[in-house]
Amino acid sequence: MKHKYIVQVSKLTKKFGSFTAVDKISFNVSKGEIFGFLGANGAGKTTAIKMLIGLSKPTSGDAIVAGFDVVKEPEKVKYKIGYMSQKFSLYDDLKVFENIRMYAGIYGIPKKEINSKIDNLIQELGMEAMRNNLVGDLPLGWKQKLAFAVAMVHNPTVVFLDEPTSGVDPITRRQFWEMIYKASEKGTTIFITTHYLDEAEYCTRASIMVDGVIKALDTPKNLKENFGVKSMKEVFVKLARG
Amino acid sequence: MKAFGAFIRKEYYHIIRDPRSLLILIGMPIVQVILFGFAITNEIVDAKISILDKSKDAVTQEISNKILSTKYFLLSEYLEDSKQIAQSFKKGEIKLALVFEDGFAEKLHKNENPSIQIITDATDPNTAATLSNYISRILVDYQGQIALNSFTPGGIKVVTRMEYNPQLKGVYLFVPGTIVIILMLISAMMTSISIAREKEKGTMEILLVSPLKPFMIIVGKVIPYIFLSLTNAITILLLGVFVFGLPIRGNYFLLFFEITLFIITSLSLGIFISTKVKTQQEALLISLMGLMLPTIILSGFIYPLESMPKLLQYASDVIPAKWFLIMIRNIMIKGVDIRYILNETLILLGMTVLLMMLSIKSFKIRLE
Repeated sequence: MKHKYIVQVSKLTKKFGSFTAVDKISFNVSKGEIFGFLGANGAGKTTAIKMLIGLSKPTSGDAIVAGFDVVKEPEKVKYKIGYMSQKFSLYDDLKVFENIRMYAGIYGIPKKEINSKIDNLIQELGMEAMRNNLVGDLPLGWKQKLAFAVAMVHNPTVVFLDEPTSGVDPITRRQFWEMIYKASEKGTTIFITTHYLDEAEYCTRASIMVDGVIKALDTPKNLKENFGVKSMKEVFVKLARG
Repeated sequence: MKAFGAFIRKEYYHIIRDPRSLLILIGMPIVQVILFGFAITNEIVDAKISILDKSKDAVTQEISNKILSTKYFLLSEYLEDSKQIAQSFKKGEIKLALVFEDGFAEKLHKNENPSIQIITDATDPNTAATLSNYISRILVDYQGQIALNSFTPGGIKVVTRMEYNPQLKGVYLFVPGTIVIILMLISAMMTSISIAREKEKGTMEILLVSPLKPFMIIVGKVIPYIFLSLTNAITILLLGVFVFGLPIRGNYFLLFFEITLFIITSLSLGIFISTKVKTQQEALLISLMGLMLPTIILSGFIYPLESMPKLLQYASDVIPAKWFLIMIRNIMIKGVDIRYILNETLILLGMTVLLMMLSIKSFKIRLE
């Protein structure tokens, strides 16, 4: 691979008219990293993610994701990335296995592999009994776990998770993070935004965005030491207050 | 292509897993045709009338009998006094009153042009006009008869022939109209709602992040509705032919072609709407108010365009349904071939291309 990092961002900027939502952010994410992308509401996190996954065109700057330029080769990037949005991304009126089959299908996974893929995924999630249930009837926690598994169905190089755990109970959040760790151990790079600052402690590295600019970027341990505080929450509050 | 298949399968599940909508989609066309066919008709039968015969001679008797022997009129009562006319109108007993003047037969024989007064209840202007037309026609017919019998020179015999629809059946008007409404409803409204749903739920984002091309997403959303629309158009045509005796005099392929063209026009409209809205409700509202209402009023389906103010007539030119309705009536009832409806076909084709281009453009802008 010609690029050293999985996500390589330099001076990425997005302007809406005179408003600068994302202001020349630069960072790199290595393979297998769990990269926390933190910031208050309206800090520009979602806008930044949208540029990285090809939903929004950068005003200026470069971004290389999984070895391809997001502006010049967006179609190639698409096969390499998974995405789970803030909004629930599965179809309520499709059954559990149908959702998996449909997403596997649109990522061009061969028919023969799809069936074994469905079986494996359902087994890993422990959802054998719910295989034929409509997704709309599942509890939220199960839905989120399934949505994560579906975002990973095509073995992406990097998966973007936009506040995947909002509104989920603590136990499910815990299980969710176990899934994230497992994926990261297998070499998948995780790019995650979250509101829960205790979750920031689980990240390999975390960045904190304020008003479109990345104010801090380091391992949680270093961040806490530099700011002389005990938790990521305090780091965040210090930065967000300016 | 495999990816596309997976997508279409998903659309199919969306449709069949929503039995209420499906029932409406399949059931509504049938109910509408039957309603329009049986309930709404321009023909008026058994209208009650009163007759004030001041002359009471053989001629007025003959004319009265002639009028009452048709299926259009029923006698309410013979009146004795002109004051009673207003009363029976007010009571709502009659739709029309006939007044023969004094010495009717006598004047007729002397060539003095006796008069018959037709008084109608014009609270419902259409009915009033239709009924007085019926009477006039019967009177003209009667005049023709006596002119023939007495060999009086002069006098014009009017022979009217209602070409293409001699029995003046309302279904000739309503079946094509219903096809227009249903196709508009399913093609434009349902697609706009279904695309808006993906946007509202956030699944559209996921699809756009996937390798599926935006154009393919739209085509995939639209294909199931093309089939549904065609099925419905055929159902309505079959009902029209076998239940209401509607003819299809023109070429089947031409009819099929124009129906498909109109479906594609409506789908483009639906796609266009969906690129402009964010939620299903918006899509529904805009489709209903912005499409259905103008279609019903300005397509010539119910109200004749010729009698509208010039401004509305110009407005009707941008309604795709107007052109389609002209074509489908011409093909089915007059049996014309493509040469006679080439202009309309081209106009519809142009509208479709324009709408497609507009929606592709705004779909792309949305992605920026």
